[in-house]
Parts: sequence; C-alpha cells; structure tokens
Amino acid sequence: MTEDRLRHLLGIEDLNLRSAERVLDTAQAFLEVTRRPVRKVPALRGKTIINVFFEASTRTRTSFELAGKRLSADVVNIGGSSSSTSKGETLRDTVNTLDAMHADVIVIRHAASGAAHYVARYSRAGVVNAGDGMHEHPTQALLDAFTIRQHKGNDFKGMKVAICGDITHSRVARSNALLLRMLGADVALAGPRTLLPSGVESFGCRVYDRIEPALDGADVVMMLRIQRERLGAPLLPALREYARVFGLNSTRLRLAKPGALVMHPGPMNRGVEISEDVADGPHSVILNQVESGVAVRMAVLYLAASEPGTAALADG
Amino acid sequence: MRTLLDPESVARGLRRIAGEIVERHAGAPDLVLVAVRRGGIAVAQALAKWLSELEGHAPPLGSVDITLYRDDASTALPNPRIGPSEIPCSLDGRHVILVDDVLYTGRTVRAAIDAVMDYGRPRLIELCVLVDRNGRELPLQANYFLKAETVQSDERVDVFQDERGLSALVQAKSAPSIPPAAPRPGESS
Repeated sequence: MTEDRLRHLLGIEDLNLRSAERVLDTAQAFLEVTRRPVRKVPALRGKTIINVFFEASTRTRTSFELAGKRLSADVVNIGGSSSSTSKGETLRDTVNTLDAMHADVIVIRHAASGAAHYVARYSRAGVVNAGDGMHEHPTQALLDAFTIRQHKGNDFKGMKVAICGDITHSRVARSNALLLRMLGADVALAGPRTLLPSGVESFGCRVYDRIEPALDGADVVMMLRIQRERLGAPLLPALREYARVFGLNSTRLRLAKPGALVMHPGPMNRGVEISEDVADGPHSVILNQVESGVAVRMAVLYLAASEPGTAALADG
Repeated sequence: MRTLLDPESVARGLRRIAGEIVERHAGAPDLVLVAVRRGGIAVAQALAKWLSELEGHAPPLGSVDITLYRDDASTALPNPRIGPSEIPCSLDGRHVILVDDVLYTGRTVRAAIDAVMDYGRPRLIELCVLVDRNGRELPLQANYFLKAETVQSDERVDVFQDERGLSALVQAKSAPSIPPAAPRPGESS
C-alpha cells in the first residue's frame, strides 16, 4: 500500500523496479494458464475490457483480446476506421462514452504521443497504453523482458542487449531501453545517425551509428521493424542499402555471444532488418515473444481491472 | 493458544488415512494427490510419503493455486500473489484427492475443485484435511480428516511445519500469523 501505486499502465517511465518485477512474476503464473487444456480462468468474470485501436494492429489487438478472454472478461474491440472518430468525435467524447458503458479497463492505441495519459486523466477505468505515437509501448517491453527471463533467468545484471534500427520513431525501443536499464541490463542502441533521436544519451545506453559494435558480445539482439512509410524520406536510404548496412544476418550474428537471443516485435520485413535464416534460425525467440505477449497482457489486465484500492499495479 | 495436533499425532493420523485411501481405492492405481497452495503442500507431501510406504510407490503429486478462482477474485485481496499450479499428469479418469490443511468455510475447496476441472475430467474428487473446523458456508465436507474441532469465531487454526513435522494449533484471530507450512517451490521470494 504505497504512494507509487498505479491503476494504469501508461508507460515504463511510471513503473519502478518492484512494480515491473511484480508484473513479470504475475505473468509467470498466467503463462501456465495459457498452456492448460482449458486456457481460461474466472478471475475477471463480469468485468468489461474495451480495446480502442485508433491505429491498425492485428497482433497487439489480438493478443490483448485473447488475454482478456482467457481471464473471462467481456472484451469489446473498437477500430479507428469503424469508430465514431471517423465521424468527427473527439477523444474526450469517446472516453466519456466508454465510461458511460462502465468499462473497467480501456486498452488504447493511438498515433498521438500522450493519448493514453489523456484518457487516463478523464476516465474512471484503468487505462493500458498499447502504443502511443513515438512515446511508449509498455506491454511490448514487458513481454520482451519476460521472454528474456524465460531463456536467460531473472538476473539482468550485466546482460548485454542490443536494440537496432529506427530508434527515433520507435516506442518499442524507448520502452525497452527504459525497462532493461531499470532491470540492470547494459543496453546498446544502434541505427543510422538520422534515426537516432537527439538527447538519446538520456536513456543511459551506449549509442552507435553502426550495428557491429552493438552486436559485439551481446546476449540479446532486438531488431526493430523498418517502417516502410518512412522510406524515400531523407532520413532513410533504400531498403537494399539499409539491409546491407544495418540488417541482421548470420554473419553479423556471429559477433554476438553463442546462444544469444534474436528478438523482433513483429511484423518482420524479412530480408530488410532481419535475414530469412536468422528469423527462422535457432537463436530466434520471435514466436516465444508472441506467446509471452498473451501472458504478460493477462497480468497487466488482471492488475489493472482489480478494484481501486486493492490490487493496483505498483503496490508491493 | 492450544495445540490440536502435535507432530506425532499428525504422523499417526496420516498413516491411518493413507491406509483408508489405499483400501478405498483398491491399491490406488489411478490416484493423484493435488495440494491446495500453499497450506496443503506440506500435508500432501507427508501423505504421499505414507502412501509410498504402504504401496511401494508414491502417487503423482500436484498443486493448484486458487487465487484466480476465488469468488472474490477481483475485489477482496489487497495484494494478490498468484503462485504456480503444477499438475504432473492428465487428470482425465483419475481419482483426485485434494489436500489442504484446514477445512473452514469451504470456499477454498469450491475454488480448488473448479481449478482441478480445468485440467481434465477426473473420475472422482475427494477431500483430505488435517483439521475440519466449524463455519461452513457451502455444502461441502471432507472425506478424510485427522481431527474435527469446534473453534470460536474469534479464533483460527494454524498449521505449521518445523523439523519435528506438522502441527496444528488454535489461537486468537488477532495473533500474528505463523510462517507458511512449506517453502514455496518454484518461487524466488
């Protein structure tokens, strides 16, 4: 029962070490649930979870939807193009409407950084950020950390993690860097100089404009998706050029430790940021990340849907 | 504070119950013990030891955590910690014996039965406890118990384990609780 309690999961920046590990420990119990003959527990029976995705995302939305259903909650999905937003409704009115429907948890993805914070300010529901603009994607970072724990144990001290790609536009990179640093890992960020944000030093990570020094001796390699919509802009060279200089292939992977994990948040551009043989190779835990995603989101929804003053995310 | 069961009487009682189980289940070929976390684990381990002495082999031993099955799952717990559930084999067609330390309101057993059902369709489920106390809120009873005891509403029954074995005692509800009866396997904290 401490003051740092959270009802919402808006970003890794709102968590502390204790609350982050709490989510990861809870997810461990839920991973077991997802492997049972009956993959459903009655924990959130009678609760309503509304997924509001203003940006398209099949993977994350499906993962949240499955997580909610496996907790026996009623789950409703609202997509951006089908919602009233396309008819001109403001985000504030959308929030009021969802509140009037007595949503217990609102899961929101939005192209605007800070959208989840905005919803949390005006809603009575617990709010989970499923990605807001270039800001944060906390459940992705938590599921990545969970996947690493499954393979490398719970101690991140001294673990070397390389995060490679478009760091500037990546909320995945930002949330991961924050969480992995909090857990004690040594994080290296690598990308073309044009895709490294100004002020990147504040993340407390090593920063490189080439991929090789980041890969050197790494225990974990996270490749970020190159967003094709950013191609052709002055920031990014052609795809083939990017693959040649920044793509992860089996030759470059030899720079990392033997037994290093290769991760990707998906969806992958095969042959661009990651080569075919690495994506499907023995180091890849990309499908484990998907499985972890449901367990971690079950933990987050369970903690967020509990009554105010009881099982909030951040109390120890 | 008064002692209900000392380690010697727990050992004698569990040996008797192991005998009853073997007799009733005709040598217990399909038996599975499922402990209700966390209080049931030490009891189930001790019971498995006696069954092993009688039959030459111990039945499979699993455990369920009932946190997610409580009828007050999302409202009552100040700080839910969900422990692992470990079921070592399919429960389809098996004779499951749920093992817990104390039977009181019956709500925990109700939740544990629901949890077990999610792992398969047992042939039957029975319940074994050390202490059967008054205060039932659901129509449930134990098939095997060491001791039935009437306990006042301002008292509680604690089961704990030390190097001499398991004991049960009654003390005031306000008394500080005794550390759990068994270490929590698979948990770091």
